[in-house]
Order: sequence, then structure tokens, then C-alpha cells
Amino acid sequence: MSTQPPTNTWLYAIADAGCTPPPGLTGVAGETLRAIAAPDLTALAGSVPRGDFDEEPLRAHLADAAWLEHAVRAHHRVVDTLARTAPMLPLRFATLYRDDRRAAAMLERHHDELLASLGHVTGRVEWGVKAYAGLAGPTPDAAAESGDTRQDPAARPGTAYLLRRQAQHHRREQDQQQAADDAQDVHTVLAQAAAEATRHPLQRPETVGRTEPMVLNGAYLVEQARTAAFHAAVDALSARFPGLRLETTGPWPPYSFTAAVQPGDEQR
Amino acid sequence: MTTGSRPPTARPGLPPTVPERNVALVDLLDRLLAGGVVIAGEITLSIADVDLVRISLRAMIASVRAATQATDQEPT
Repeated sequence: MSTQPPTNTWLYAIADAGCTPPPGLTGVAGETLRAIAAPDLTALAGSVPRGDFDEEPLRAHLADAAWLEHAVRAHHRVVDTLARTAPMLPLRFATLYRDDRRAAAMLERHHDELLASLGHVTGRVEWGVKAYAGLAGPTPDAAAESGDTRQDPAARPGTAYLLRRQAQHHRREQDQQQAADDAQDVHTVLAQAAAEATRHPLQRPETVGRTEPMVLNGAYLVEQARTAAFHAAVDALSARFPGLRLETTGPWPPYSFTAAVQPGDEQR
Repeated sequence: MTTGSRPPTARPGLPPTVPERNVALVDLLDRLLAGGVVIAGEITLSIADVDLVRISLRAMIASVRAATQATDQEPT
């Protein structure tokens, strides 16, 4: 044992007592996973080397996008796999303790909130619905504008040209406002079909690889029994708002719906 | 039109229906860095760290996409 490098305890998720890690699953450092038991609760955890996962080396790794992507995907893989077998609360990425004993003490300290939050997500699944405004394609006017004459404004009467540009600009603003209003309607309807709903910040077109602006990045905690109804609602909204393109992602572990537990003031 | 994954969802026991690599990193970032139970572990990311992480990853995603699109010769 003395030859083992020192480790920290990385926490992935909290589940009911008796939950065991799915076999064959490995964590952010390629480590095998284990359960840390506390009254009524289990934390799914792994031992990660302090050489990489102590405060300073971790911070350095975070600046390395490739390292980080690997770690983010590994954390998600564990959480997602577990979520398919048992009700669970995902923990925020990079929640680390010095050892299991201290992690177990945390579980005991927050026993009541954690148990209540676990009850809140049990039997429910998170879905993501994103909406994009169909503003990307050039309008007929804009297409006409991109002809040869654009290089030579003198070829058309200047005033007409400016007015046309102004009208286009105005129409684009109106379209954007309309899309934002429609997105709010979509969110409202979907929230009614869900147990809980939240909006994530909009993703920028360059990170999504699309030209259309995103107007909704919603997350919905849906009763499993109401899954079909939720998706039917999405389809109905697609038909109702042809100017929006809706995209569904999931099912997700309930990442976006654990806000009920925020025991932030930890005594060190 | 609705796109994206839509597996039948009797969740418990279901094998993953979406290949892991197909989960968009941006969607993961929305959830892993801003969601999940926050407990003050002995080592946790500060808000500033998380912001840095987001910026660096988003920049990486954007540049990878730009490179892909350039090689694909995608119009506009």
C-alpha cells in the first residue's frame, strides 16, 4: 500500500443506499469505481491521483481543452450509465475530497436535503429542447442584392438602395423579436408538460456549428410516464411555429434539476 | 421538424441509445459545469475557474468546427 501514489476522492453521483457501480465502468482517471456508504445514501466515487487532481495540477489541466474534454466526457459517461439503472443526483464536475471518510461525512451532514432532492428526480428524466430561428437563409431581397450590381451602388438610384437596406434591417429585427417571442411560448408550453423547467444560456452559433441563431436552450424534467405526451407537445409546437427549428436532446441525467440541494456553506 | 435523439424511454436498464461521442460537448458543458449538486468539496472549481473552462472549451469547439467546415468547403 505504501507504494501507491496518494489519491483524492472524486464524486460522480449520489444514489439510494445499496446502489453499486455498474461493472466495468471507469472514471475520469481511468480508475475503477466504488460506492461510499452513508445512512440511506450512497456516493459513487473513484480514487484519482493527487498528481493530476489536486488543486494546482487540476487547475493547470483545466487550461488544456483536450484534457478537459476527456474528463468531462468521462464524468458524464459514469453519471449517464448510472442514471439508466437507478435514481440519482449527479454531482457538479470536479467535486473532490481528500478521502472517503470526509466524503461520507458530507453525505451524513446533508442527509435530509440530499434525500429530498433524490426523491424529487426519482421517476423523472431530463430532456433538452433547443430552438433555432430560421433566419439564416437570405431573404429574396437580400439574394437579389448579392448580384453584380452590389459592387457598384451607382448602378441603381442611391436613395432607393438605402431605403431597401433600411427596410431589410427593420424586417430582420422584427423577425428576431418574433422568434424570441415564439421561443418563450414554446418554453411555456413545454414547462406545462414537465414537472420542472429551466432555460440554459443560449449557445452561440459558432459553437453549435449552425448559422441560425439559437433562441431557446431549455431543459425539462419530465415524468417518465409523461414522456410520450412531452414529445407530442414538441411535435405540435414544431407544427405551430414553422419559423422555428426545434431539436430535442436526451434523455439526460437530471443535471439541470438539482438546484434544490445547494448546501454551499460547508465547514472545512 | 424535430431532430435529435429520441429513444423509447423506459429508463432504468436501458442501454445508452446515443453513441457517447454524439453528445455535443456544448450541451455537456451547459449541464456539467452549471448543473449537478454543488457541495463545497475540499477541492472545487471556483466560478472563475468554470468561466475560464467554458471560454477555453467553447473556443476550441468553434475552431474545430471552423476547420471542419473549411475542409468540407461548406457554402457560406
